Amino acid sequence: MKIIVCIKQVPDTTNVRINPETNTLVREGVESIINPFDCYALEEGVRLKERFGGKVIALSMGPPQAESALREAISLGADEGILLSDRAFAGSDTLATSYALAQAIKKIGGYDIILCGKQAIDGDTAQVGPGIAVHLGLPQITYVRKIEAIEGGKIRAERMNEDGYDVIEAELPVLLTVVKEINEPRIASLKGKMAAKKAVIPVWRAEEVGADVTRVGLEGSPTMVVEIFTPPARPGGRVLHGEPGHIVAEAIAELKRLQVL
Amino acid sequence: MLIIDKQRCTGCGVCIERCPFNALTVVENMAQVDEAVCTLCGACAKQGVCPYEAITLIREKRGKDATPLEAYKNVWVFAEQRKGVIQSVVYELLGKARELAAARGQEVWAILLGHNIGHKAHELIARGADKVIVMEHESLEHFEDGTYSNAIARLCEKYKPEIVLCGATTIGRALIPRVAVQLRTGLTADCTGLHIDGEKGLLVQTRPAFGGNIMARILCPNHRPQMATVRHKVFAEAVADSRRVGEVIKEPFDTRDHFGMSRVVDVVEILEDTVNLTEANIIVSGGRGMKGPENFQLLHDLAKALGGAVGASRAAVDEGWIPYSHQVGQTGKTVNPKVYIACGISGQIQHLVGMQSSDIIVAINKDPEAPMMKIATIGLCGDLFEIVPELIKQLK
Ligand SMILES: Cc1cc2nc3c(=O)[nH]c(=O)nc-3n(C[C@H](O)[C@H](O)[C@H](O)COP(=O)(O)OP(=O)(O)OC[C@H]3O[C@@H](n4cnc5c(N)ncnc54)[C@H](O)[C@@H]3O)c2cc1C
Ligand SMILES: Nc1ncnc2c1ncn2[C@@H]1O[C@H](COP(=O)(O)O)[C@@H](O)[C@H]1O
Repeated sequence: MKIIVCIKQVPDTTNVRINPETNTLVREGVESIINPFDCYALEEGVRLKERFGGKVIALSMGPPQAESALREAISLGADEGILLSDRAFAGSDTLATSYALAQAIKKIGGYDIILCGKQAIDGDTAQVGPGIAVHLGLPQITYVRKIEAIEGGKIRAERMNEDGYDVIEAELPVLLTVVKEINEPRIASLKGKMAAKKAVIPVWRAEEVGADVTRVGLEGSPTMVVEIFTPPARPGGRVLHGEPGHIVAEAIAELKRLQVL
Repeated sequence: MLIIDKQRCTGCGVCIERCPFNALTVVENMAQVDEAVCTLCGACAKQGVCPYEAITLIREKRGKDATPLEAYKNVWVFAEQRKGVIQSVVYELLGKARELAAARGQEVWAILLGHNIGHKAHELIARGADKVIVMEHESLEHFEDGTYSNAIARLCEKYKPEIVLCGATTIGRALIPRVAVQLRTGLTADCTGLHIDGEKGLLVQTRPAFGGNIMARILCPNHRPQMATVRHKVFAEAVADSRRVGEVIKEPFDTRDHFGMSRVVDVVEILEDTVNLTEANIIVSGGRGMKGPENFQLLHDLAKALGGAVGASRAAVDEGWIPYSHQVGQTGKTVNPKVYIACGISGQIQHLVGMQSSDIIVAINKDPEAPMMKIATIGLCGDLFEIVPELIKQLK
């Protein structure tokens, strides 16, 4: 079974802070990590390989430094890593990104399952996975919380929704996006770390995946970010200090005054 | 491409502050862009940022052969239904769609797909749709990604809407990105603000990024339709008016749109005995400060005394103290109650983005400096294990 896992390198947004004086992002100490949801996708890919045999290829589109994310993926069980990197890709929105990744996946070829995270934590769009599926003409199952079975060229998986889950059956090859309920990712093994160190990560440019340069980067992106600003802070109110009985009474009085109790 | 005019740049460094990606530096009195890091977002190139107008972002124009933009008209709302019930996010979108359509002098259309669903069209008209496209077929009984997206893409090609809105539900987030790619147009996810730019008439889409740390305004200037998703509870529901009149357009299902490669084999509901969090008027929420699962009983008691529901921060959910369905925030639910009582929640941005539009916020925290205390209408500084029982007692 040939499994491709799409991973994105993202800034660790948990550590992103706003400097209250200048109202700008504090960037010191913000490291780059593999998008957390993609770690579940990778783990699921490695588990499928362990069950059915085959190999796992991690694919990432990003700047040259995204190579480190691919090495990390190898330390976590991927067999190979491929970096899709070209200045022509800069400024790609989800339409352009999913097109570029689909082109790279076509070049890899012969795949059975493509795994993506539910969403990337920097953009939070959840659009790239379904986009890839359309470009490749594949069925998709989003928000997968469990793969029930793979047999006879078909997959059956549970798609999480607001009220529970749906069981979906699809033909292979298929594209899945996974939620964190699906598994518990492993930590890197010593063997994995060694493999990661030695691995050669090929870098594919736009031309090598046959990407039409008018369909990637800024030019190929219909959406345009025209402004970035820090969200206005909600104005604060009163902070009550003192003996619990007292401050609770005061708070209740205030809530009554505001006509919510 | 980002161009820094070497003749104009003085190396003042103003642009460095504006770059959300840390891609600019000043080397030898000259701004420099690290091309590997720059995402071409344009924050530095905005008018008024560089005092010397030394930075420009060059964008290519779209090919001329496409349908003229003026051919696209009207604001569409995808009327998501599950088991024949129109989801309330649809009514919220219809309210917003009316505003947008009024600003454009256009109509609001609702798009309703399903099996034996036509009788629901009047509900959409009552909530503000001028026209409802109804497409009924047994292939549309359950949401199936490929079939639904093929059908909607075909409708968009036929009727050419200018704007398409869809709820950011699990269905919406699976469906609408497919439609956008099929139509090769832009899509902006999880918008918190939508309005029409007065001058150019474009849809201005505002959304949080980087876990809510920054906000971005996004346009889709040269492609149609302009498409956006919005989460439940971000906009107010349109009020129903049963006297409103509208037109129903029956569209036959084109069997070529049937996508045979996947199908729904089962639908399983997981029933929870909790009040629906997103609908509650009062929410009592607990975080890591709750210390353990047993203490959540305290919050259930308080919620009961107030007739509310119990929520949680991700920290509490990750600890396994309470199920994920209670999580509020960026990766949980967006809530908009009258009163949100945060107990032992520090108020990290990822939590705040899911609840900061609550009318009144009450924070209970030992730490007066916690971000939640700073935005709270009323902050109670102290030990929650003393304050919450006291609250329950005094409310009784
Ligand atoms: C991609 C991403 C998505 C995320 N999505 C979400 C999300 O959807 N929702 C979410 O909530 N978080 C989310 N987070 C996590 C978020 O960044 C915070 O880590 C989390 O909200 C912290 O939870 P907390 O406030 O309960 O815990 P803490 O930050 O540990 O705060 C605990 C608070 O309790 C107070 N306290 C402790 N003991 C007591 C006591 N006895 N009495 C009174 N006060 C006490 C402390 O002073 C402190 O302020 C996300 C993070 C990432 C990276
Ligand atoms: N640049 C990228 N390289 C590889 N995979 C990506 C990239 N961007 C997005 N993805 C995949 O698509 C998923 C959804 O991303 P997004 O649509 O940006 O929220 C991620 O979890 C990844 O699996």
